[in-house]
Amino acid sequence: MLLLATIAILIGGIIEIFPMVMIESNVPRIESVKPYTPLELAGRDMYIREGCVGCHSQMVRPFRSETERYGEYSKSGEYIYDRPFLWGSKRTGPDLQRVGGKYPDSWHFNHMLEPQSISPGSIMPPYPWMIRDELSLDLLPKKIKALRTLGTPYPEGYEQIAIADAQKQAERVAGRLKKDGIEMDGLEKKEIIAMIAYLQRLGTDIKPKAQATK
Amino acid sequence: MAQVEKFHYDNAIVRNFAYATMIWGLVGMLVGLIIALQLIFPQLNLGIAEVSYGRLRPLHTNAVIFAFVGNGIFTGVYYSLQRLLKARMFSKVLSNFHFWGWQAIIVAAALTLPLGLTSLHEYAELEWPIDLAIALVWIGFGINMFGTILKRRENHLYVAIWFYIATWVTVTVLHVGNNLELPVSAFKSYPVFAGVQDALIQWWYGHNAVAFFLTTPYLGLMYYFLPKAANRPVYSYKLSIIHFWALIFIYIWAGPHHLLYTSLPDWAQSLGTVFSVMLIAPSWGGMLNGLLTLRGAWDRVRQDPILKFMVVAVTAYGMSTFEGPMLSLKSVNAISHFTDWTIGHVHIGALGWNGFLTFGMLYWLIPRLFSTKLYSEKLANTHFWIGTLGIMFYAIPLYWAGWTQSLMWKEFTPDGFLKYGNFLETVTQILPMYAMRVVGGTYIWPEISLWYTIWSRRSAPARSLATKQPKRLHWLARMACTKANTGTAGWKEGLFKCFYLRP
Repeated sequence: MLLLATIAILIGGIIEIFPMVMIESNVPRIESVKPYTPLELAGRDMYIREGCVGCHSQMVRPFRSETERYGEYSKSGEYIYDRPFLWGSKRTGPDLQRVGGKYPDSWHFNHMLEPQSISPGSIMPPYPWMIRDELSLDLLPKKIKALRTLGTPYPEGYEQIAIADAQKQAERVAGRLKKDGIEMDGLEKKEIIAMIAYLQRLGTDIKPKAQATK
Repeated sequence: MAQVEKFHYDNAIVRNFAYATMIWGLVGMLVGLIIALQLIFPQLNLGIAEVSYGRLRPLHTNAVIFAFVGNGIFTGVYYSLQRLLKARMFSKVLSNFHFWGWQAIIVAAALTLPLGLTSLHEYAELEWPIDLAIALVWIGFGINMFGTILKRRENHLYVAIWFYIATWVTVTVLHVGNNLELPVSAFKSYPVFAGVQDALIQWWYGHNAVAFFLTTPYLGLMYYFLPKAANRPVYSYKLSIIHFWALIFIYIWAGPHHLLYTSLPDWAQSLGTVFSVMLIAPSWGGMLNGLLTLRGAWDRVRQDPILKFMVVAVTAYGMSTFEGPMLSLKSVNAISHFTDWTIGHVHIGALGWNGFLTFGMLYWLIPRLFSTKLYSEKLANTHFWIGTLGIMFYAIPLYWAGWTQSLMWKEFTPDGFLKYGNFLETVTQILPMYAMRVVGGTYIWPEISLWYTIWSRRSAPARSLATKQPKRLHWLARMACTKANTGTAGWKEGLFKCFYLRP
């Protein structure tokens, strides 16, 4: 009984999952898709922490109504470094797969602080703590190492420069914010910087024009 | 010479799980009410990270699925398993380990999820240390269950137990498969697989969490408690066995229907759709078997609140298992996916099928566990009607919202531009429906009547003494009894008579 039930429930899973994981042609690679930078990774983990996926998908379906609204439809090769995947299952807010480069950094800053000031009537909650709290980068080296173990092609020894790399990118983001008139002490050390870096990266790997964040 | 064998069922563990079901049910649903309100009043997170929508939503789903329904399953399993096998649970220690372990896991979830510690796989958000704890407790439950099965006094394994076994096996496999992750720190990990592969594994898990945590154990409970409450044999035992095997075999394939039109390869999407459509047969087999069990007892459904709960539960099961295959058709999914239709759909299952079957079961169980009568049929009836209205007020606005929003997303002007180019327009349009859904939160309040039913047992022994022989005596009464029975053979005999033989 136990054995038969086990066999019955294993068959379907095996037939679906094993080929997906083992046969490479199921997930075609895309040359221009690169791993996240350390700062973007920190931002992505913040996106995970806040449960943004509860309201925002990252999956543009191949319908004209979606490509018109969001841009190019999603390809499986774009997600090969996404651990975990963040496709989502509900759009209480719009899809974010192609949000990178769509708005200036300062738009995101103000929007996270008070969504209604940018989009009157929006039901997105405010995230003041991202602007208040300092970003912790301590775990980055460990994260880079773990992701390399799992197959993300970060070069050997990259974990040692990961924090410095993140700080450099953070300064660039903060610089752009300053140019747009957002002045704040220690701005480059705040959580919001990583979040902006991640959001601006989203979906840009296969965009033809130059990326705003690089 | 044949000896009369004496043994006792362990009812204490059943009572504990019943209490837990009622506590966590209230908590989980209240969190649901809070996030429903947050969807209308976004400022309700008060600028506090720990109570913001994104962090509370997984708390709501986990609390309802694993705390409310989970404890509901264990309540029913621990009660029915012992009786169906004519044996006490295999190990009291394991029972208690299971109970307290499970509650500790729930508390850990309630602490870590608001802190943003999450691995994000839907319905498997808990981070790796808690995943390990779940595995341990689950194995304890398994040993306890199979141990009881091995020492049973009843030769035949009733079909409900088949459902329990399939539940245990599959949840074990799913839990391990979906939580293969590499820890980075005490509360952060990355899944072994990425992107599309991660998505497929997650929905293989996610869909079968619905199948093997919200469906198969509850079918087992239905097969035990519905015939008991209706006092009728199962309509067709043969059907129950056929639909059991079909259900567990087919369900496991259906996961990819959560990923239609995504970048999951087409062959996997098609497999998911085909098997989802087939699922309607075994699902409706179960529903019909449940409803037909009531043949000849429908007059009692009009009066008995327990049967009312169960009938609506089984009907809701039938409705959501019709809707499920329909939503798995690619053309329907193109409209429904990413909208509130899905949310309406799962709540028909959760509030109707799981919630109402749990309430029906508890109203049937509590008087038996406490050897008393239902405190008030009227109260239970009120609970039933308010709950049913709550489901309606919840589901109908969300179906409406889902349709409306999806059609707005897809509408073009004659010139070929999106008619509602600003996403926000499609959100403000459905806010009235979101407000109506909050009204559906009335589903929660009558649950307090279950507590009332339990509190009322205080006066129960007196009432039952007056009518019949008491079945359960307070320990003080037992002490008095022991004293009176301590005769020539000494206090040991008195203790034996009054505690072990349970006058």
